[in-house]
Amino acid sequence: MSRDAIIEIEGLGKRYRLGESVDMTRNFRETLMSLPGYFKRKAAEKLARARAAEGGAGAGGAAAENGESPAYLWALRDINLNIAEGDVVGIIGRNGAGKSTMLKILSRITQPTTGRAKIHGRLSALLEVGTGFHPELTGRENIFLNGAILGMRKAEIERKFDEIVAFAETEKFLDTPVKRYSSGMRVRLAFAVAAHLEPEVLVVDEVIAVGDFEFQNKSVRRMQQLAQEGRTVLFVSHNLAILRHFCRTGVLLEKGRIVHTGPIDDTIDHYLARSHVAQHHDIDLRKPLDNRSAGSPPFFTAFRVFGNGRPSTISTMGGSLDFELDYDYPRPVDGLRVNIIVRDINEQVVVQFSPSQQCPEKLVGSPTRGTIRCRVPWLNLIAGTYRVEINAGDNEKDIDRIPEVCEITLAEHDVFGTGKALSRIHGMVYLPCEWQTSWEKSAAPSAR
Amino acid sequence: MKQDFVTTNIEPPHGFMNLNIAELWHNRELLYFLCWRDIKVKYKQTALGFMWAIIVPLVNMVIFGTIFGRVGGLPTNGLNPYLSYLAVLVPWNYFATSLVMTSLSMVKDAPMLTKIYFPRLYSPLNPSFSNLVDLAIGFSILLVVTAINGIVPAATSLLLPLFVIWMMLVGVGIGSFLSALNVRYRDVSHMVPFLVQIWMYMTVLTSFSGLPERWGAWRFLYGINPMVGAVEGFRWALLNHHMVKEVGGQVVPVLPAHDLMMLMAAGLPAMIGMLALGLYYFKRTERIFADVV
Repeated sequence: MSRDAIIEIEGLGKRYRLGESVDMTRNFRETLMSLPGYFKRKAAEKLARARAAEGGAGAGGAAAENGESPAYLWALRDINLNIAEGDVVGIIGRNGAGKSTMLKILSRITQPTTGRAKIHGRLSALLEVGTGFHPELTGRENIFLNGAILGMRKAEIERKFDEIVAFAETEKFLDTPVKRYSSGMRVRLAFAVAAHLEPEVLVVDEVIAVGDFEFQNKSVRRMQQLAQEGRTVLFVSHNLAILRHFCRTGVLLEKGRIVHTGPIDDTIDHYLARSHVAQHHDIDLRKPLDNRSAGSPPFFTAFRVFGNGRPSTISTMGGSLDFELDYDYPRPVDGLRVNIIVRDINEQVVVQFSPSQQCPEKLVGSPTRGTIRCRVPWLNLIAGTYRVEINAGDNEKDIDRIPEVCEITLAEHDVFGTGKALSRIHGMVYLPCEWQTSWEKSAAPSAR
Repeated sequence: MKQDFVTTNIEPPHGFMNLNIAELWHNRELLYFLCWRDIKVKYKQTALGFMWAIIVPLVNMVIFGTIFGRVGGLPTNGLNPYLSYLAVLVPWNYFATSLVMTSLSMVKDAPMLTKIYFPRLYSPLNPSFSNLVDLAIGFSILLVVTAINGIVPAATSLLLPLFVIWMMLVGVGIGSFLSALNVRYRDVSHMVPFLVQIWMYMTVLTSFSGLPERWGAWRFLYGINPMVGAVEGFRWALLNHHMVKEVGGQVVPVLPAHDLMMLMAAGLPAMIGMLALGLYYFKRTERIFADVV
């Protein structure tokens, strides 16, 4: 390692308070009502701290999950990491693994609870495209405003103004208020400003998954160019293909801790391997769940998923998926509907599997308990992360709905056998198709 | 490449209060852009545009001058009642508008504050600066009305910026407190218009010179409200040479300079207290802001 660390992270941790206080935008009345609970909690905290002091620090990780007050959640814990100058680092992990928290701390949006980080150089964060855009202002005015918010000097913006406008391809609308822009134009303009930042460290959160495909390609190329110029880039994405393509080093987060660092390919393999042990392929739905909207009683009792025939939430492009839904309901359901809905990370519905539409006869007269199986033999979806919703209903209403029962990951696979990777920028699905080429003899390549 | 090589230390919050003035100064261009944005946007899509900055003080002047001056017969410092009220309403409107905007600033800027880092204090500082434009417009109206009354502004008008700065400090103090409180309790946004109204009656309606002489030095307690010193001072600086009354055949000033200074001395601790409390509470809340809003 001849290169110096540009980011040094030592024992970094972030603790959030759970429960009643998560939603802290309360009114006075609620606060007054919750005062007794507050004192109780304080007392419990004191007790826990005393106990922790007795137990010593040896407990380490385990204490974080169960030993300390259950009112807290460590979104990030004991992060030690050095990032070399000029490295392009992909941060990988499931939802809730702490990726965004880490970026938010490094970009100083929120402060850590423990530990420290040192950043040697200017850091710009792109956690969202178009932060601070004002709809009433014109494109020109917003370039200046957004540039300033992102940390550019006025002189710097003036110097790069033409470049930004050319990149965004919005020359004609420079003096039109941004509220009259199409959403695509707005995104292009916003990304163009951000793409012309020249920080030593650039932090990017999944933002290039916006805009049309052509523009996404352009954005990825611009990021690569920045990386080639020797800037350090930290990049969070669910899209393993883009990560593999774009990053050199990977950091794998799990439940707020780093579980692996190394070359990006290694890290992705680790991620996939660890997910095979998945806790989530078999989900007990009799337990209380967050954000379930169920009538009483709930309908589903268990959910299982099999990727490529193995019990796992991981499958591959072109592979297979099997779902199994156990249900148990006290009375027969009149006109039972059951749906499995698959969404991508942008919450777009990709596909819906519904026996009620595809084979209604199979649900007629179903007994009050049993198992419904759904086999998807061939997944012609692009690699990435997808979320699965299951719901059930009768003639009139929903009787059970679990919007995010699990997350499934499709690993890349060279489906066309050409060695070319397909990623989200190439579409959401791939379909086999037949190509034919024909040329007229006279139109030899040299003719033109 | 690395001329402005800087090292950022990220650590858990600590210390009593660190305003980080150096950082505020370093990024002052952003404050300029935020003000510029608010000024540009303020009167967009309004039919009357900047006319509003003229209409509001004029209508207020007519209402106050007629109801409280002419009909109510409240003392008007030896001036035309309309002029007397306008001279305090112009600075008061600046303060009131800034205060309302400041107290809503953090919540309004939340989408930005949770996505990007910049010195958070800019958010509550911004209205006090961007509203200076409205104050300037209001002040030109005041100058016109002064001229119509045949008065040339007093030399003490040079002191006017002092009173404006005073108002900014009060506004930023109480405003940043309220803006931080609003992050946790949205009740603030309901409370502030009400608070501003009560405060206005306590400040603008009665002038110091209207308090009974026999109260003696107790009258200066009126100045504990730091806005009294500010608006009375504003009027005094512009018009004191015409603010006179006759006592036993002698012409004496309605508000002698030393009385004004006593009023401001009474308000100073309150002003500093509000500023310190406001900034302290703001910095405290700033730490958890992105997690709470």
